[in-house]
Amino acid sequence: MPTGVRDELVRLGAAVEEIAAADAARLTQLHTELLGRKAGRLTRIMRALPELPPDERRSIGQEANALRVRLEAAFADREAALAAAVPGTGVDRTMPGRPQWRGLPHPVTVVVDEICDIFRELGFVRVTGPEAETPEYNFTKLNIPLDHPAADQHDTLWLSDGGLLRTHTSPVQAHTMERYPPPIRITVPGQVYRRDPFDPSHAPAFEQIEGLVVDEGVSFVDFKAGIDYFARRFFSRDIAVRFRPSFFPFTEPSAEVDVRCTVCRGSGCSTCKGSGWLEIMGAGMVDPAVFTACGLDPERYTGYAFGMGPARIAMVRHGIADIRLLYESDLRFLKQFGQVP
Amino acid sequence: MNVSMMWLEAMLGRSLDVRETAERLTMLGAAVDAVEPLFQGLDDVIVGLVESVKKHPDADRLSLCQVRAGGEAVEVVCGAPNVLAGVRYAYAPIGATLPGGLTLTKRKIRGVVSNGMLCSARELGLGHDHEGIMPVPGDVAPGTRLVEAMSLTDTRLVVDVTPNRPDLLGHKGIARDLGAVLGARVKLPVVPGATAAAQTPRRVEREGTVDGIRVAIEDVAGCPRYVAAVIRGVTIGPSPAWLQARLRAIGARPINNVVDATNYLLHELGQPTHAFDLRHLRGGAVIVRAARAGERLTTLDGADRALSPGMTLICDAQGPVGVGGVMGGANSEVRPDTTDILLECAAFDPRRIRTTRTALKLSTDASYRFERGVDVIGLPGALRRGVELILAVAGGREVEAAIDVCPTMPAPTTVFLRPARVERLLGVPVPVAELEDLLTRIGFTVVPKEDRLAVQVPGWRPDVTREVDLIEEVARLRGYDQFPVEMRPFRPTTVPADPLEVLKGGLRTMLTGFGLFEARSLPFDAGGPDAQAVRNPLSQEEGFLRVALTPGLVRAIERNWAVRERDIRLFEIGTVFRAGHPVPSETVRVAGVLTGARHPAHWSGKAGDYDQWDVRAMLEAVVGVAGAPDASVTPDGSGWVVRDAAGSEWGRAGIVAADAPRWAGVVVGFELDLDATPRPPARDQPLPVTPVVERDVALVLPAGRTAAEVEGVLRQAAGPLLESVTIFDEFQGAGMAGRSVAWRLVFRDPARTLTDADVDAVITAVLTALKEQLDVRRREA
Repeated sequence: MPTGVRDELVRLGAAVEEIAAADAARLTQLHTELLGRKAGRLTRIMRALPELPPDERRSIGQEANALRVRLEAAFADREAALAAAVPGTGVDRTMPGRPQWRGLPHPVTVVVDEICDIFRELGFVRVTGPEAETPEYNFTKLNIPLDHPAADQHDTLWLSDGGLLRTHTSPVQAHTMERYPPPIRITVPGQVYRRDPFDPSHAPAFEQIEGLVVDEGVSFVDFKAGIDYFARRFFSRDIAVRFRPSFFPFTEPSAEVDVRCTVCRGSGCSTCKGSGWLEIMGAGMVDPAVFTACGLDPERYTGYAFGMGPARIAMVRHGIADIRLLYESDLRFLKQFGQVP
Repeated sequence: MNVSMMWLEAMLGRSLDVRETAERLTMLGAAVDAVEPLFQGLDDVIVGLVESVKKHPDADRLSLCQVRAGGEAVEVVCGAPNVLAGVRYAYAPIGATLPGGLTLTKRKIRGVVSNGMLCSARELGLGHDHEGIMPVPGDVAPGTRLVEAMSLTDTRLVVDVTPNRPDLLGHKGIARDLGAVLGARVKLPVVPGATAAAQTPRRVEREGTVDGIRVAIEDVAGCPRYVAAVIRGVTIGPSPAWLQARLRAIGARPINNVVDATNYLLHELGQPTHAFDLRHLRGGAVIVRAARAGERLTTLDGADRALSPGMTLICDAQGPVGVGGVMGGANSEVRPDTTDILLECAAFDPRRIRTTRTALKLSTDASYRFERGVDVIGLPGALRRGVELILAVAGGREVEAAIDVCPTMPAPTTVFLRPARVERLLGVPVPVAELEDLLTRIGFTVVPKEDRLAVQVPGWRPDVTREVDLIEEVARLRGYDQFPVEMRPFRPTTVPADPLEVLKGGLRTMLTGFGLFEARSLPFDAGGPDAQAVRNPLSQEEGFLRVALTPGLVRAIERNWAVRERDIRLFEIGTVFRAGHPVPSETVRVAGVLTGARHPAHWSGKAGDYDQWDVRAMLEAVVGVAGAPDASVTPDGSGWVVRDAAGSEWGRAGIVAADAPRWAGVVVGFELDLDATPRPPARDQPLPVTPVVERDVALVLPAGRTAAEVEGVLRQAAGPLLESVTIFDEFQGAGMAGRSVAWRLVFRDPARTLTDADVDAVITAVLTALKEQLDVRRREA
């Protein structure tokens, strides 16, 4: 048997000449035939070495190894020679590859997903609700009497039968509280509507993300911690976050949350209108009147809620000056938010 | 709300830093949107006394004035019709630079040299008034700098007041909050020139008289309190400089001393008042009553307005003289020759004011404040302040104490505060002493009662009615930044995540991978069958809610064509609506549209354009992840339809009509209702160990025979050995009856290796069945 192995090694040694003359296709073929990982002729010899008698094993092993080195050198030489061949006779690898179309999610979707993902780390689940609502859910249950000046902040699009297009995602607070017992921890992305003209800074339909936490013992400290965690994860770890008093009928105490302007870092610019701060959300502790309207005992439960505009955040992030661009589907605009052909 | 820094300083009796004030107010909930330094660039303007006026020799509209401003009198050409000898005006001498940057030089106007210019308020950046040059009140020495003569040094804060805080619609309220954090008390500034103190109003229930004028409330629901004073012998004229400066600082235009005094009061206390010319109150009466159908009134702005029941009117013995809380009537307006006035200081029902101003489309400074609620308890005090102001700036006397018509005396509200509840809501304990201190600083009266505090709420805070309102005050005055940011344990929620949201994410990944861009379209269109109408749309083109996503995407394609884009691929995931009562039904859908080349250009060969076969496959892929579990795609008309086992339609695909330019490709698209029913997890099948046998069979299908029919018979006849069937070619030759379709059949027996003979037998059976059942034959080579 060892004799047969030696003969095979001699035959394989002769292959060096063929390698030196092979073209690219033949070279690949020969490499598989001789050194292929599974069934290469030399590979098989090396693999069978342990079955040889000990005295033969060493010398044949050395011979086979030497041959492997020679063959590999021959392959490398030939490859280099082929690559150096006169242009036009080989393959011009400077030619571009065959591309595929790739699309992109909308820049607002990217922001919505990032926001919801961060709140998921704090145990919030993502839910949705109807876009057409009754005045009861859009206003009354949220402690907004229709005959109060607070309702003026919502320029409502009414439907023909007394319904309306929700002016905020807050009605989903009421739906959720009526359907599930606390603890509640939800984010609610969705489209909201306002009777605003379609101009560079307004759109009659745009995105909002609502958040709601309800449980026993949820406090203003929990509220600040949750929002602060989000702001640092979304913007940057060392960003300054500011909570200042405000008014919303469905929260009390209410707050506007600002972060240091990401464009000017606080020195004042057109994005932050010179204030050095960017408003990122309206928020606060859930007003007890909302709990009562939704069938929860306000003495037992407390909670916090927030609402933010991912479209505005996308505009600041990408420096988009005109909100209409987000809703006009101009491919030249949409292609800017990733590397696509 | 425009706030004057000087005014705040006068109320708090101390100087204030502008930046710090803006920051403090913002952190108190009165966000300062802008800080505007006022009266800039006026350093060169001085007071000029016009000694004489004569006509310009060559121009009818120009006059030549001798102006003295310190030194010798100089000649100044003036174009204003209101220039009078003996009056002081703002004067810019030669070399002076005006706020707009203009520097005055000696120049000839119609042949006469003008030594400088008499300026209008507008030229000085002091107002929009362009009617004439600006007189300087008082006896200041000519040559005095204008900013000193008219107290023109101030900074304006533009404060965003939230709708719950009517008290912040006056400087006193702003100063009170600011004082609470600065440790300063608010005091109304002394009115310069004040001589007589106003008398204490005399209270009556429904009606009474003041100085011979009968005052009565008939509409108690619309007007809970009406306080009125009569002042006789006023002299209407320009206001003193200090008053004009205050008004200019907040952006108001000085008109005359009486009107300016009421305007000042409005911005000082947030309390609107109105002065009637007593001459024009017919029958010596003021009656507050509800409007009657058909009544009309011409208001101060000159508009003739139709009044309706539900509005509260101020009337004299013969008819309306004002719309209560909104605007006075032109018939009783204060005029230059007015001598006797009735000053009204009242409260009106906020809801009534709201409906009235909405119906009249007339929002005023007064209606804005009444709608938010004024301090009903403080009305007599506000009236006294008003009388004091008018007596100081316009003279006259209050012959008799004012009358306070008040059917039911308002009492301050008492709200109880539990310190334990404060801790529960705010998350940290706040000592009782601190609670008391904070609330006392803003004028609340606190009395401890066992384990809680009885808090009496002042009349200017109608927004505070519940314990939680007091807790907000505590948090606000303490400062939101004083509460720790401390992540505490929380419990996981009982609310399940919406599976549709997960599905949408998967679809986005798939469709962007196919090369489509996500679109977000406005969900309005011009309507059609089943469309839900919007009652108050911005335009007719947006009068309905969309019933499908594809039309919006097609419009987007057309817009892209308009900018010469040929390769367009868009998808959208969004809600569509069908008319319903009281609200329309909603469905979440996905749609995609494609046109142009199937691949980006490449040197190796031209890619074809997208066609309907691309969207059929795309629709099937989408149905696979987001369609109803029992849905299938079948041909329908000129495209394909998705139906579930019960036959309900879920979606469609095919060629889509569009307004295409000549160079554009065909538009194909799909649209599908999403179904988030959870699917059972896929089961692993043991991998086969036996080889397959492949056979290609070309079949001739007579006209009308479909591939689906052939495949059905083929599968049935072949039995279990047939593993898969794929069409790999279609051919239609000239003179050929029907068409040739080629299938690749793959056979396998999981238990043993198939022989050619095994497969030949199956093929024979298949061909026989096809011929017998469908008249389909094998194509001859």
